[in-house]
Amino acid sequence: MGLQIQHLLGLENVSKEDISLILDTADSFYEILQREIKVVPTLRGKTVVNLFYENSTRTRISFELAEKRLSAAALNFSASTSSVKKGESLRDTIRNIEAMKIDMVVVRHSSAGVPWFLTQCTDAVIVNAGDGLHEHPTQALLDMMTIRRKMRKLQGLKVAIIGDIFHSRVARSNAWGMTTMGMDVVLCGPPTLLPQHTESFGVPVTDNLNEALEGADVIMLLRMQLERQASGTFPSIREYRDRYGLDLEKLSLIKKDAIIMHPGPINRGIELASDVADSSRSVILEQVTCGVAIRMAVLYLLGGGENA
Amino acid sequence: MLKKKNGAVVYKIDLCSKPDDILVKNGRVIDPQNNIDEIRHILVSDGKIKAVSKTVPDTAPQTKIIDAKDKWIVPGLMDMHVHLREPGREDKETIATGTNAAVAGGFTSVACMPNTNPVLDEESKIRYVIQRAENCPCRIYPIGAITKGLDGEELAPMGEMVKAGAKAVSDDGKSVSHSNVMRNALNYSKSFNIPVICHCEDSDLSRDGHINEGIYSTRMGIRGIPSIAEEITISRDILLAEYTGARIHIAHVSTAGSVRLIREAKKRGVKVTAETCPHYFSLIDEDVGLYDTNKKMNPPLRNRKDREAIIEGLVDGTIDVIASDHAPHVPEEKDVELDAAAFGVIGLETSLAVVITYLVDQKHLSLVDIVNKMSIIPCKILGVPGGNLSEGSSADITIIDPDSVWTVNPENFFSKSRNTAFDKMELKGSAFCTIFEGRIVFRREI
Repeated sequence: MGLQIQHLLGLENVSKEDISLILDTADSFYEILQREIKVVPTLRGKTVVNLFYENSTRTRISFELAEKRLSAAALNFSASTSSVKKGESLRDTIRNIEAMKIDMVVVRHSSAGVPWFLTQCTDAVIVNAGDGLHEHPTQALLDMMTIRRKMRKLQGLKVAIIGDIFHSRVARSNAWGMTTMGMDVVLCGPPTLLPQHTESFGVPVTDNLNEALEGADVIMLLRMQLERQASGTFPSIREYRDRYGLDLEKLSLIKKDAIIMHPGPINRGIELASDVADSSRSVILEQVTCGVAIRMAVLYLLGGGENA
Repeated sequence: MLKKKNGAVVYKIDLCSKPDDILVKNGRVIDPQNNIDEIRHILVSDGKIKAVSKTVPDTAPQTKIIDAKDKWIVPGLMDMHVHLREPGREDKETIATGTNAAVAGGFTSVACMPNTNPVLDEESKIRYVIQRAENCPCRIYPIGAITKGLDGEELAPMGEMVKAGAKAVSDDGKSVSHSNVMRNALNYSKSFNIPVICHCEDSDLSRDGHINEGIYSTRMGIRGIPSIAEEITISRDILLAEYTGARIHIAHVSTAGSVRLIREAKKRGVKVTAETCPHYFSLIDEDVGLYDTNKKMNPPLRNRKDREAIIEGLVDGTIDVIASDHAPHVPEEKDVELDAAAFGVIGLETSLAVVITYLVDQKHLSLVDIVNKMSIIPCKILGVPGGNLSEGSSADITIIDPDSVWTVNPENFFSKSRNTAFDKMELKGSAFCTIFEGRIVFRREI
């Protein structure tokens, strides 16, 4: 049994069955990643293009590793080295790449909807690695995988996502994916970084950190983009840290077995105090390991590879 | 003769030849200014309306006869907000193709916005447009810029532009951001009794936005343009008009708050008129769907409540005019990611049908209302003749087939561009025949 979806564009409309299948498959790949030889031949002969229009280190490396460990041929295309600067349209770029006979495209772009747009331009399978403020589905999947491995379930867990919600595609993908999986999500941040229309995600939204932390099993801090301060959405890093940063003092307020997550890269001392980030409750590095397994699972399931 | 495959024909006009004698018979004539709404027969001769009679008049053998049974006959329609892109972007539209689209949509006159390249901000450029319009199948009223180069800093020479034929001024495409510049423009405009057409947008609030700010934009991760960006500037311009006593016309009203502000201002006696566009009473932000760039325009499609308020505003007269904001763009500006796509949609060839489908058929507006909002009032606002079928007046006549049901196919447009928000939609009503200065300039031959 395969996935119902043909592309991974976002989690908003992905079924519980599909998410579960991806998580289960990723668990098997996770075991492979513990072996000495971490490569499987499942996508041998397939070509995957990593089309990155936005800077990214860890997501691109994670996808690239996943592709290599599945024995796919991986090709990196980044905006700075491409013909983008010569003014080529996105449609022309993807058509040119497609003309070189490729099977899958992993795309990151600053405009929402670009992964969907690419499905209209090419027959290749499209995997969204982050589009504008819209979605970052593999991040949400790896987050759920990490939680499920730690907590042995998803259903009924309460997740507090804290930070710049408005500009976060991670928050969007998690809100939808986790809701589908029966989790209770609460979004928290300063009012200037929450959406004006708080009903948009169908989950509670609050600017009160204590309210969000109360009863939470999972606390996910989002990276505070430092340029937001320049755009006037909050007055100072110090005030942000004071009101929304997670330190040992605030940690004492939360459930004893709650876990701390962060999509990275961390601003130590801003949204997350160093001692919290490095504490035994932090699963941040485990998220990174799960990231490779999730991306292997997504590429494998969408790429129609042989059995693992 | 320019023919399209759906049987629609735009006729090239020959200024040297004498206009035809035409009899339009058996049609329902709606001429509110003469209190007529019944079956009449209109005789046209020498470019003028000769008779509007209850009995079929005698005709000479050479008279062209148009049987308008089951059709509506109205004073030539006016679209007071179009972008013809000439000079500068003739790849998107020209005065020739734009006016062909106009008559195919039932319009006998259009007012064109000055955001061309170069900007229509001085006498010679206004004259250029008027000259280029000479052999076109409808009237063109140029609108001059409020500020030189639309830069919002220095006033353009309004007096010279009016002398050359400009009927209004506007920096359409953006607001005049400095309130004092706007105040001066309004004060100065009083000498010429022309309206200042206000594009109301606080760019500080709308910056980086692509569609309406709301639930839909938040879900889709698209940066939004909040309704307050429009409303704040409408408030300012209303206050400036009230203070200076000048006459303003608010372009493309899209939000419920804007309708409320204009309604209150009118009650206080402020000299303000307002227009909306067909897409604001037929579509909403959710119709952007999966990042459809042909539903991206400025102001953006708003929400359900806004659409209802726009219709209410049309019904109670707060909104005086329906105009298309016809904004042609080449495919390479639309066949891109939503953030990168140009703002604007074409409308000349769908306006009338959208009005009939969404307003007349839904019983929001009567035919008299439509003639008012698409002919009489725009003529009055711009201070130009038209809006009636009086005997002796120029024979500018639109004959409408109210029952034709058709599916929008941009390939059949006379416009050079294809960026319609109504692609593949089924609409009701179309221009059947357009007569301009006594010449048949458009006819649907099926």
